[in-house]
Amino acid sequence: MSTFLGLPTAPAGVGHLRQTEPFPRAARRALADTQLRRNLGKATGHIRAKRAAVVAELPDWEELRAAGQAIKARTMAHLDLYLDQLEAAVQARGGTVHWARDATEANAIVTRLVHHAGADEVVKVKSLATDEIGLNDALAAAGIAAYETDLAELIVQLGHDRPSHILVPAIHRNRAEIRDIFVREMGDVDPALTDDPAALAEAARRHLRRKFLSATVGISGANFAIAETGTLCVVESEGNGRMCLTLPETLITVMGIEKVIPTWADLSVFLQLLPRSSTGERMNPYTSMWTGVTPGDGPQAVHLVLLDNGRTAALADPVGREALHCIRCSACLNVCPVYERTGGHAYGSVYPGPIGAVLSPQLTGVEDNASLPYASSLCGACYEACPVKIDIPSLLVHLRARHVEERRRLVPSAEAVTMAAASWVMASPGRFAAAQATGRAGRLLSRRGAISRLPPPLAAWTGARDAPVPPAQTFRQWWASREKGNGA
Amino acid sequence: MTGRTEVLRRIRLALSNSAGSEPGPGENGGSTAGAARADSYRLHGDVTGAALLDLLASRLTDYRALVRRATAATLADEISAALARRGVRTVVVPPGLNVPLPTFAAVTVDDGQSAADLDAFDVVVTAAAVAIAETGTIVLDGAPDQGRRAISLVPDYHLCIVTSGQVVHLVPEAIQRLADSAGRPLTWISGPSATSDIELERVEGVHGPRTLEVILVT
Repeated sequence: MSTFLGLPTAPAGVGHLRQTEPFPRAARRALADTQLRRNLGKATGHIRAKRAAVVAELPDWEELRAAGQAIKARTMAHLDLYLDQLEAAVQARGGTVHWARDATEANAIVTRLVHHAGADEVVKVKSLATDEIGLNDALAAAGIAAYETDLAELIVQLGHDRPSHILVPAIHRNRAEIRDIFVREMGDVDPALTDDPAALAEAARRHLRRKFLSATVGISGANFAIAETGTLCVVESEGNGRMCLTLPETLITVMGIEKVIPTWADLSVFLQLLPRSSTGERMNPYTSMWTGVTPGDGPQAVHLVLLDNGRTAALADPVGREALHCIRCSACLNVCPVYERTGGHAYGSVYPGPIGAVLSPQLTGVEDNASLPYASSLCGACYEACPVKIDIPSLLVHLRARHVEERRRLVPSAEAVTMAAASWVMASPGRFAAAQATGRAGRLLSRRGAISRLPPPLAAWTGARDAPVPPAQTFRQWWASREKGNGA
Repeated sequence: MTGRTEVLRRIRLALSNSAGSEPGPGENGGSTAGAARADSYRLHGDVTGAALLDLLASRLTDYRALVRRATAATLADEISAALARRGVRTVVVPPGLNVPLPTFAAVTVDDGQSAADLDAFDVVVTAAAVAIAETGTIVLDGAPDQGRRAISLVPDYHLCIVTSGQVVHLVPEAIQRLADSAGRPLTWISGPSATSDIELERVEGVHGPRTLEVILVT
């Protein structure tokens, strides 16, 4: 395996990408929340079954995955050319293209565009890129109110909460919790509202209808941008996307540079892979595509903000680069035994789950998200589920190696010190016997046949697993007593 | 240094670390889908004729769209029955739509109404560009018989007339047919507005039209 050291070509991304505490500590708190585990178990179990059923319908699913992988690899290898082509095509159709080196620059560009449009509020389509850069906070600081219109994003925004899933940011909330948030925060909702999902969807429709009909600026992300034609594509379910993309006078789309795809024909592949992997549907209810400005139809001022924010740093690692192939379907989250138990908040970044564990550390530099490459049992379910065949387990191992290499240059690890000590002990029979006698003292630490907390420096081992209790006698003691007992 | 110059510089530096073995734009016939054809996913369907329409109807119904079948001779009756059944009084249509509409409804031809005006109509009636049987999808491409995007979005009931010649089996066939429309605003519709955001269970009826009805004309 080639080892990639450092970030020679590009600075790290900023925004909502970093852990504030190591994954094991955050995970322990999440695991103690039984309501959270019930909500996640139910939702991910449901979506796993739906996905499996619609994937099984397609005889050429594996061929589509291979095609998706090939298109993405080709795109990354010539990313500069495709972005150049995309920019020219969008401009030729009357759109304006902006380039943002990082989150701060992207936020400044969008804020300036909203001010220029003379608006003090905007309607937003769910967009991970704008979550990543913390756009809503930046707009609020500039006196602009941003209204999330995707149902799950609305639940998160009204609940003063953070997203915890790529597709369904409020997956950690159940219907009763959502009902309570609506009644408490919407202001215009009937207190007799039930927790029937249809009634909750109706409440969201009423709440946002007036906003949609009066908004002058819409902000979106993009699922795909076609270099050949300059066409942008948003895939959604509720129709909030169509509202935001169609009714305002000004449309601003913030898109990571890795979202470009080369040709119109490439959509044949991704529009089959994405819906089936994401919501487990043959096709999502609504997909919108637009190319620059169309006179008399939709926004007449169309902007595209191309965002780096650490992506070129990931691109510089020829192995790690594969994480940029992600089409944000969330299938890897839904099949992950770790995600299913901890939920998304434990990962600290807007990109949680298996793909987040390989993407976030590359966007920020591994040291800033050092525990994420270890937040996995390497079971491989994510690789099997990934519609573009990202080999997430291998990427996790690759990033662990990068982390170890970077640490090795600084201080020896507890593991290295322990191994050196063990080598010294095992080199002499006398020292080994003495160590075993000391080890039996470990029985004093045991409860119910296991040791769940060792003293430092061994505490790191028991932080995530139990240590077995040392037996009452060693093998050598047992052998000696057996020989005596037999009188042999 | 501008953002553009700097981001492109970073990309070129990042890529200079790895050998460029992947074919670039314009190579391999310029189509990456073509380059990926070694993987041989299906480009052409194998369902035709009545079976193709049956598949489309069943997939539409599966995602809670309403489906009616008609011939050129019965189209007027089917449209009338559909609108009457839902108590429609006001209809908005795109300027180029050429289908028989019942006299009991007041028909307005779109000439740039505001979103608030569109919200007051009971139904929008449009044609379509392409329909995909395998996924139960209808595609609008903004042609004169389909109109601008807002009219098929704001009214709560969308009645869409699809003719048998517009139906294809697979997604790649639809992409191919739409290649000439790629510059126009496209809306792909698969059933009525829905959400899976509450416990990942699908619920129909959020912001888009809560009723989608399709008349398949043979």
